[in-house]
Amino acid sequence: MIELQHLTKTYKTRTGEVHAIEDINLTIEDGDIFGIIGLSGAGKSTLIRCINFLEVPTSGKVLLDGVDLGALTYKELLNTRRSMSMIFQGFNLLSQRNVLKNVTYPLEIAKVPREEAIARARELLAIVGLSDKEKAYPSQLSGGQKQRVAIARALATNPRVLLCDEATSALDPTTTQSILDLLKHINKTMGVTIIVITHEMKVIDSICDKVAVLDKSHIVECGRVRDVFTAPKSDIARELILPMARTLPDAIEGTKLRLVFDGEDARQPFIAGLIMECGIPVNILFADTRESDGAVYGQMLIQLPDNEDTLARVRAYLDAKGITYRKEV
Amino acid sequence: MFSEMLIKLWESGKLQLGIWETIYMTLLATLFAYLLGLPLGVLLAVTDEGGIHPMRVLNKVLGFVVNIFRSMPFIILMVAMLPVAKLVVGTSLGNSAMIVTLVIAATPYVARMVESSIKEVDAGVIEAAQSMGTSNFGIICKVLIPEAKPALITGAVISVVTILGYSAMAGTVGGGGLGMLAITYGHQRSNPDIIWVAVILTILIVQIIQEIGMRIAFKTDKRSKN
Repeated sequence: MIELQHLTKTYKTRTGEVHAIEDINLTIEDGDIFGIIGLSGAGKSTLIRCINFLEVPTSGKVLLDGVDLGALTYKELLNTRRSMSMIFQGFNLLSQRNVLKNVTYPLEIAKVPREEAIARARELLAIVGLSDKEKAYPSQLSGGQKQRVAIARALATNPRVLLCDEATSALDPTTTQSILDLLKHINKTMGVTIIVITHEMKVIDSICDKVAVLDKSHIVECGRVRDVFTAPKSDIARELILPMARTLPDAIEGTKLRLVFDGEDARQPFIAGLIMECGIPVNILFADTRESDGAVYGQMLIQLPDNEDTLARVRAYLDAKGITYRKEV
Repeated sequence: MFSEMLIKLWESGKLQLGIWETIYMTLLATLFAYLLGLPLGVLLAVTDEGGIHPMRVLNKVLGFVVNIFRSMPFIILMVAMLPVAKLVVGTSLGNSAMIVTLVIAATPYVARMVESSIKEVDAGVIEAAQSMGTSNFGIICKVLIPEAKPALITGAVISVVTILGYSAMAGTVGGGGLGMLAITYGHQRSNPDIIWVAVILTILIVQIIQEIGMRIAFKTDKRSKN
């Protein structure tokens, strides 16, 4: 379990003090995939770097299983970092080492015997699907492949936590999805707690269990992804979650409902069912849904005729199907 | 076509000796300059403000000393350092003494070269290494130097050529090599062809070093693989 208590990082600049993050309180349970979302400049990068003390917080505490990282000696901190790996937007592979040597790097640092390190690296490269690339150099790989190597490298020391700093922001959508799938797989099979920093709602939506919304150095909202997505309380969360909502013309008549799909059966025709069972016209204003393993994820904004009776029937239908929804104004 | 003196130099083996002395002084001076300059350059890079272990005062002091030596013209530095040479090798004459002055002149130069190569290493890669629990010393040995290797080799080639140029001046204060031949037998005894031969031989040596060095740099750079 990771606990952040009153975490604050202040930078001194010529023009005065800048609070990159201020009074951050979070608890991240073991095995969670925890997302932290915010716009650029919100303090995300500083926050994730404070978790492994790449940035030393100005005040506040980081507790890993109750151990205060700030109270550790330099050596103990270096050891602790081996159980808290990190991957980056820019991959940050060692350009002069081949793929295999990149993955064995953290093991060298941890003084693992060479043979053992190579065996472990090969095992990890198989997991990330790059067994055939072990002799290649980073310059010969695509972005997605580089991030796979980085993931293998991060997992080499059997960390309990994986910190992802905008790990998919430099990748195209298809590659992003495959990397996210890999992260989810790692979380499930190895039980690694994953903390994801991103500005993309999609990333949170695809893999996270819980989300914290960071805005202007503060956490403005935090909870289960489903809850935050169905009922965002802050403006910034609304903006991030439903970018379209801002651009929808106010003049749209009728009742607007936001449906959130969180792993429902993709083979069921929800909208057709809604139209037929309730006998009403439904207009889809916005949709961003995705299918994964026969389940549907994402959200949809629909427009219904404006009367209470219709709404009651629609609500009954959605409740029966177990779809989360929220009335939009 | 050639002056008698040139033919005499060739037949007596003095010309060949001059070539060898130039190469040997240059390479030995480069070797020692790197033994001192590499750690110094790394120290300058890591103690700088954006380095992995900023130490303001030490960095400023080192930087200042390096700049003093760097700004002195070699011919003056060489004369000024002759007493130091005497202290180190017991004489202020000959090739050994010249190697000492060359090392003193080249070390600050090499240190700056190394510093700039080290500073080119991607900050993200350093951060990644830190996130994996690498100590600062580990980062120097396993990240900074290996990642900067191609730039370090390129820098070394430039250093060798610069030191070769310096070594030619050694002839004026009792050192050997092609510079001495050009000055003593060419310039002072009015045999312009000897000067030209020395110049052409120097150019050839520079070309060979440059070519070999750049090939090594390119071969070792894994970023150039596609």
